[in-house]
Amino acid sequence: MHLAYFTERPYRYGPNDHIIEKGFFGTPNTFFDPEKGHELYHEYLDEKVLCEELGFDGVALNEHHFTPFTMGAVMDVEASILARITKKVKIILIGNPLPLGNPLRLAEELAMIDVISKGRLVAGWVRGAGSEQFAHNANPAYNREYFNEAHDFIVKAWTQPGPWRYEGRHFHYRFVDPWPVPMQKPHPPMWIPGLLSPETALWCAEKRYPYIALATFLEPTVELWNIYRDRAAELGYQVGSENFGYMQKVYVADSEEKALEIAKFDMFGGAGSGYSLFAQPAYNFPPGYNSKLATRRMATQFTDPNKKRTSSPFQGGAQSESARADVSAAQVDHRSRFWQEAKVDVNETRKAIYAQLPDVLNSFGIICGTPKTVIPKIRVVLDTLRPGTFILWQNDGPITRKDRENNLKLIAKDVMPAIRDMGKELGLQSAYEVKPGSRALAHAGKPDSVGSLEPWKAWREAHPY
Amino acid sequence: MADKAQWHQETTNVDGAELTVIKGGSGRPLLVLHEEMGHPGWLKWHAELAADHSLIIPLHPGFGVTPRCEWIWNIRDLAGFYSRFVRSQKLAPLDVIGFSLGGWVAAEMAANNQDQFKHMVLVGAAGVRPTEGEIMDVFQLMAPAELAATVLDPEHTPEFDQLYGGIGPAQFELWEDARAETARLAWVPYMHNPSLPHLLRVIDSLPTLLIWGREDSVIPLSAGEGYKKAIARSRLVALDKCGHRPEIEQHAAFMREVKGFLS
Repeated sequence: MHLAYFTERPYRYGPNDHIIEKGFFGTPNTFFDPEKGHELYHEYLDEKVLCEELGFDGVALNEHHFTPFTMGAVMDVEASILARITKKVKIILIGNPLPLGNPLRLAEELAMIDVISKGRLVAGWVRGAGSEQFAHNANPAYNREYFNEAHDFIVKAWTQPGPWRYEGRHFHYRFVDPWPVPMQKPHPPMWIPGLLSPETALWCAEKRYPYIALATFLEPTVELWNIYRDRAAELGYQVGSENFGYMQKVYVADSEEKALEIAKFDMFGGAGSGYSLFAQPAYNFPPGYNSKLATRRMATQFTDPNKKRTSSPFQGGAQSESARADVSAAQVDHRSRFWQEAKVDVNETRKAIYAQLPDVLNSFGIICGTPKTVIPKIRVVLDTLRPGTFILWQNDGPITRKDRENNLKLIAKDVMPAIRDMGKELGLQSAYEVKPGSRALAHAGKPDSVGSLEPWKAWREAHPY
Repeated sequence: MADKAQWHQETTNVDGAELTVIKGGSGRPLLVLHEEMGHPGWLKWHAELAADHSLIIPLHPGFGVTPRCEWIWNIRDLAGFYSRFVRSQKLAPLDVIGFSLGGWVAAEMAANNQDQFKHMVLVGAAGVRPTEGEIMDVFQLMAPAELAATVLDPEHTPEFDQLYGGIGPAQFELWEDARAETARLAWVPYMHNPSLPHLLRVIDSLPTLLIWGREDSVIPLSAGEGYKKAIARSRLVALDKCGHRPEIEQHAAFMREVKGFLS
């Protein structure tokens, strides 16, 4: 099992009222204080070094634009520094938003990071959130075309001896001969993070890339594993834990009360409906960016103001007709909760966000407590999803440096050994142990599942909510 | 929405590509090029012009009804597509009226070959960058909000509730198709072509009427002034108390101007 650490690296002095009213995306940059920024960048880099000392296998980075949600506007800058100041950990980029820029430049940057780090780079690709398309003026209607073409180009730039000529649909380079080339051969591994878009899972299955689900609800995640599994079987291979990764929010403190106190801050990070504040719907759902299913879901949400939600998105989608519709519904709900009505009442919204904490805890959106109470829950997640890569996602929202570090140290001391034992017991192997796509199908057409909802269901029955 | 018996929908073929066209009325043909949200439905102005014109309203490729054409990358390509349509249907020269993005298409067609038209009417047309104010970034709005921004006062605009047959889930999906294709065609430069004012200067014999709402917040009036400057002997009519939809916001004045110009 590969065990890694991830945080959004928030600008934790962000204007909370403004964010509730208008969203994280597009918070005026007059709120950014470079002195505080300096302190935070150093803190977040130091934290990665601490993770290495504490025994994590990898540290994961992401990027978002025009937002205090994440300080990593250009994560390759952070990754470059980590390539120099760390020695062992894998530097996992989940991921570079391919549609936003110049894929040749990206091929060069990442090759440099791989060479400087002596082959510790894990590249990863994303389409970029809807808001990112506005931030870099990337045509959202071509988002998936850009993604696919940029990916293919970068792999070629890393592997095909130059110079050569490239004239594609969206990208044109008539003279390609990038120096350097990556240290890892044929190229760095690529892991693909996502919020359960079936199209991305199918693409991963075709490319044999691990899919990393970003703290998604367990039910649709199992369904998505099966979508990947079925496509893999069509392509003639059996999926295993190496094909899947999962990001889980875990907060550990010396007492249940303290753990709950810091977990609560995360309601203004990536957890719960606070994540709806990421960006307003028009920015989350730019034209042509979404699948037909997501668009259909939006069609009802945004044209019928009287439609009331019948269930919490955190319950997953057990009731509705198909897994894909569920995934789409959960995504749209999750990203647009607070701006269905014309006016946002700041105090009421803040209350509503905090009021969802029990829902979030109950759905394991956040697992928090003392080492003793979090371990059985992590066991349920691992048993349900069986991911070969497990990334602890922590420290979002305005959590202090002291609490962040204490959380990490407690996890390393008291939780990490248990996770490693569970990984061994469950046979969870990462993409470093088994090459994704290398397992033969046991019997043609009938692949085995990697995940199963049974452990999760059993937990829910034993712990009614 | 007016009586459906007044119009019908048919599918034709342009250079191997399917094109769905709404047709209605009788008399001299009038090509109607719809706006970026799609064809808004058969409204009062359609019915009134249909009394003495054959309205030909092609539904732009990729806007949810006519299939998308992969080779159409920009508005000039779309204009080329419609020139093929006009020629293959033996319609040229004919009158044209274009609204917003459709006005831009008409202008590109005229810049390329003014002889395919007899008269050109551009209503709140995109395509020329305004010198004062900016073209509204409609992609920063969800479609229902975009629709509301097109008129000065949605509550007191006759036929506003009839536009597109009202806001519903099916229409929302069509809007998303239209918005996606508009993004493909006009994301950058946003909703204008910097060359267009220069290309329009070739026009020397095409009577052109420009109609603008004085308070158009989607395409500001100064864009209309830019068109007027670029197209020789064109006339700009700016209507008071009017946003981006003169045809419904100032219906009587709009009809008077258009009928007078086309007759």
